[in-house]
Amino acid sequence: MSDADAGRTMVDIKAVHKSFGTLEVLRGIDLEVRTGEVTVVLGPSGSGKSTLLRTINHLEKVDSGWISVDGSLVGYRRDNRATARRASGKGGGGGRAGKLYELSEREVLKQRTQIGFVFQNFNLFPHLTVLENIAEAPVSALKRPRKDALDRARRLLDRVGLADKAGAYPKQLSGGQQQRVAIARALALEPKLLLFDEPTSALDPELVGEVLDVIKDLALQGTTMIVVTHEIGFAREVADTVVFMDEGRIVEQGAPGDVLDAPRHDRTKAFLSKVL
Amino acid sequence: MSLTSDPPIDTTTPATTADGADDHAALKVVPVRHPWRWAAIVATVVLLAQFAHGFITNSGWEWGVFAEYFTADVVLKAVWVTLQLTFYGTALGFALGIVLAFMRLSASRFLQAVAFGYIWAFRSIPLIVQLLFWFNLAYLYKELKFGIPFGPGFFSFDTMGLVGAMSAAVLGLALHQAAYAAEIVRGGVLAVDSGQLEAAAALGIPRLRQIRRIVLPQAMRSILPNAANEVISLFKGTSIVSVMAIGELFYQVQVIYGRNGRVVPLLMVATVWYVLLTSALSVLQHYVERHFSKGTTR
Repeated sequence: MSDADAGRTMVDIKAVHKSFGTLEVLRGIDLEVRTGEVTVVLGPSGSGKSTLLRTINHLEKVDSGWISVDGSLVGYRRDNRATARRASGKGGGGGRAGKLYELSEREVLKQRTQIGFVFQNFNLFPHLTVLENIAEAPVSALKRPRKDALDRARRLLDRVGLADKAGAYPKQLSGGQQQRVAIARALALEPKLLLFDEPTSALDPELVGEVLDVIKDLALQGTTMIVVTHEIGFAREVADTVVFMDEGRIVEQGAPGDVLDAPRHDRTKAFLSKVL
Repeated sequence: MSLTSDPPIDTTTPATTADGADDHAALKVVPVRHPWRWAAIVATVVLLAQFAHGFITNSGWEWGVFAEYFTADVVLKAVWVTLQLTFYGTALGFALGIVLAFMRLSASRFLQAVAFGYIWAFRSIPLIVQLLFWFNLAYLYKELKFGIPFGPGFFSFDTMGLVGAMSAAVLGLALHQAAYAAEIVRGGVLAVDSGQLEAAAALGIPRLRQIRRIVLPQAMRSILPNAANEVISLFKGTSIVSVMAIGELFYQVQVIYGRNGRVVPLLMVATVWYVLLTSALSVLQHYVERHFSKGTTR
């Protein structure tokens, strides 16, 4: 990534609401993430952290508000004519005159290839080898030649320290190794943005470190990431911004030193006093 | 590579006390005896021996007649017809079944309802009744036309000629089979962890590829045992089409013993063929299941 990109807005979330039935999970979220930055989202269970993360690559559809990644709306396309009319100086009405077209499934899938997602439960494909897991999406979604995809998959495995596991099946690996494969699989698409949904929550305590090390390494190389986690130490060490969520709202956000060491809100203080 | 390992056996542990009272390693282990198990085994052996003796010595089995007809041309032809009925019934049945399964899994309420209605109807109608319906299709529709719906037709078939006994049988078996196959396939797809589809979607893998490469190979694990049941039950179920005077195995055997009166040996001819071919299917099932169990631990 070039330095010119740094500081540009990568993710822009505006007034996002989401309900499951009568339960309102996200109650108006605004968040901006800049290119090259690491944002760590903290909060108690049920605070909406995971749902927020899943709306960013359209695994969940938002009820209102909008999200853009690298300048393009997630899941929708803006009516060009309305934009043109507004640009010609007519409109004082904002985007109200235009329309948002829902993207087709094919277009949504294409958008997702630019956003890597790492799941809490890894979700590796159990019937494919580690190498096939990593090369699958580059071949089928990006139409890369199979040989190139496999070569690249081997390099990525090397990068997460699992070069000798190429032919293994996921069930033959430890949880930590599986999650490192899942990270390599997400990286194989060369995404602009990486989303981590509690990447270490399903791991035995002694395996957490090896996964966090891989994520830290990515952070040092300037990968733009949003990480939902309960690992406060990791947040302190790696995050550029820490976001604390509770009951579907962002309670406070800022530099890790501010939010973690001098929280302004009682809710944040109460949460941190329990987890620290 | 194995995921389990035996606990290390420590052979070096010394006796815990010096006087030898706790030194179990030096004692001889006497296994528990099972006298009643032996009694049961003896009784079972006697019964089996009696059965085998009767099988061999009872002249009513007429093994000579059995041997004469077992590989007779007319019987072999009938076996071939039975195999064809099974093959086409299975192939068409599962092809339609997969379509119905994905209709039931689709987001469209209408498609769901149509598939549900089909499955409800064909599971409710006895196969034999349905077969006779197809056999008599010509009473209902004189000809089949292909063309614009409700409009003019481009070409047409005479129903009488098109739905002969054999195609009526295949049609009936396949439509019946499709209803069961649909539920088996749907069950298999539902058994695949939803995280798998989510991961495939998050990676941007195209929809058809998600199904073909990610979902179906995993669904096959739970589809196969049930599907094998269905194929085997269809294989034996083909004997039902004897009501339509089709020369499959059971019908042919009936024809022969109707002529020569040797009922028992000819029923044995059919029985042994059914057993042999079912066994072959079971062996095939074993290998197909092994193919789809890659990456699993059980």
